[in-house]
Amino acid sequence: MTITSAVAPSPTTQDRRPRRGRQDRSSQQRREAIALVFPSLVPIVIFSVLPLLQGVWYAFTDATLRRNDTADFVGVDNFTRLAGDSFFWSSFRIGLIWAVSVTLLQLVASLGLALLLNSDLRFRSLTRLLALIPWAMPPVVVAIMWTMIYTPNGGPLNAALGAVGLPSGINWLGDFNTALPAVIVVGVWIGMPQTTVTLLAGLQQIPTELSEAAAVDGASAWQRFRNVTLPSLRPIVVSITSLNFIWNFNSFGLVYVMTEGGPGGKTMLPMLFTYLEAFKNRNIGYAAAMGVVLVIVVVLILAGFLRTQFRKETA
Amino acid sequence: MNRTSTPVKTLQYLALAAYILFLGFPLLWLVSASIKSSQELAALDMSLLPKQFHWDNYAVALQKQGLTRSAVNSLVVSLLSMVFVVLLSMPAAYALARFKGRLRAVGVGWILVSQVFPVILIIIPLFIILRDVRLVDTLMGLVLVYTTFTMPFALWMLQGFVAAIPTDLEEAAAIDGASRFQTLRRIVFPLLMPGIVATAMFAFVAAWNEFFFALVLIQSPENYTLPVALKMFVGGEGKVALGPLAAGAVLATIPSLVVFSILQRRLTGGLLAGSVKG
Repeated sequence: MTITSAVAPSPTTQDRRPRRGRQDRSSQQRREAIALVFPSLVPIVIFSVLPLLQGVWYAFTDATLRRNDTADFVGVDNFTRLAGDSFFWSSFRIGLIWAVSVTLLQLVASLGLALLLNSDLRFRSLTRLLALIPWAMPPVVVAIMWTMIYTPNGGPLNAALGAVGLPSGINWLGDFNTALPAVIVVGVWIGMPQTTVTLLAGLQQIPTELSEAAAVDGASAWQRFRNVTLPSLRPIVVSITSLNFIWNFNSFGLVYVMTEGGPGGKTMLPMLFTYLEAFKNRNIGYAAAMGVVLVIVVVLILAGFLRTQFRKETA
Repeated sequence: MNRTSTPVKTLQYLALAAYILFLGFPLLWLVSASIKSSQELAALDMSLLPKQFHWDNYAVALQKQGLTRSAVNSLVVSLLSMVFVVLLSMPAAYALARFKGRLRAVGVGWILVSQVFPVILIIIPLFIILRDVRLVDTLMGLVLVYTTFTMPFALWMLQGFVAAIPTDLEEAAAIDGASRFQTLRRIVFPLLMPGIVATAMFAFVAAWNEFFFALVLIQSPENYTLPVALKMFVGGEGKVALGPLAAGAVLATIPSLVVFSILQRRLTGGLLAGSVKG
């Protein structure tokens, strides 16, 4: 009893002491937080923040990869040259076709698979397993594997087409008309796991009562999908589509191993084009300018997409 | 919901079969090509199952173009990046999960931005920086780059695991007079083990599978990692020896596949355990 009464502070000290204590604690906390974060910040700053800034700077210089080369500031010269570079813009167009079609097909295919995996069918666990494997595989191996599938003489795809009486002599990766669609299919294949798993997680969060209530009210399966499932899934669809678009636009290894941008530049994605300009032609200033343009365009497209989605949501 | 009509059911199974074919056939073909002899691969009447198991392809692949050496390189690079990523992201993930406020906002913002990072813009100056410190064409340079670019996602994963650990334990330790770092070492990190394992596996697979940075930064064949070596294998010999190539591709996939299958279970298990306890 005496102890508690002795410890009980007077009103004035009670007013002051805890506040000072809190300040001390918060500044100590801040120091601790900085100490905890610092080790991971060092590599991030040196190997990703600085290079990013330096990369933007190179875009305004005539830097090359030659040793002892001095990078001189040339203003927007690289960008004006780029504006008239028809090879870059053709590659840019191919990049957009690639990124948009892979992203859309991924979404449709993965949504279909996720719906199937979410229903009570057999072979679901087998399909689930199969749908995860492409995620783990090195992209180079995926590229090698599909090159074998597409082999013109003795490849299984042409053999299967021949067996059902369709034209079977197609050089999938070597023909001007089929090369881009062929690599797009592989892009869909490799990107499906992540999208499917994400959408499946989203589907499993939707309470079944909603769908059941709609069924009781006489809604068909399609109506239930359109009016119940899809709206609930919308935020997840928007975010995974945005991420897929960026990943696909920045994709490199898959197409580089399958075609190296050929035939005749028909699969020359902007990443490949920029890589060749930087490390084969060794014009890093000009290549950096390409990189800057690509980043700006991706950000603009994404901002536009997210804005229309946001408007739809609020409307 | 259980009384789906038969035609719908049939359509669903047809669709499922199409997915299984699309996803599974290329894998089967790769494995089958890896155990076919070159005569059988060249034959026009093909079958998925080889007439004779031709394991020689694996022996040839292991001797070919230093594929074994590049596998060792890949292993060294992946293990070192894994260790660095875990050591660096453990304290940072803790700070990110426990200290709210501006630090967290900036950290999470950076993690999200890094997911959309324009690697093509970064690789150019990165190459120059590494060349200036003589780390281009070294495995150590590759380890530093992988550590940096795997860390954001690793941080994100790990801070989720930290958030699932109840704060009561730390508060109890603090009352008993333990310093923050003692609390971390004795209480938080042991409880974080499943998260650390998952993060480590993620870092390993990311480094093992990576191709672009390795292609740009590594120049001499004795430093090739497995993906670069496989790419050179394809491009190198005009008419490629398909059997050994397929065998090499299968071998390169096995470590990621094993790690990934464990990771899957660990990930969901760890997350569930966390949410039940919390």
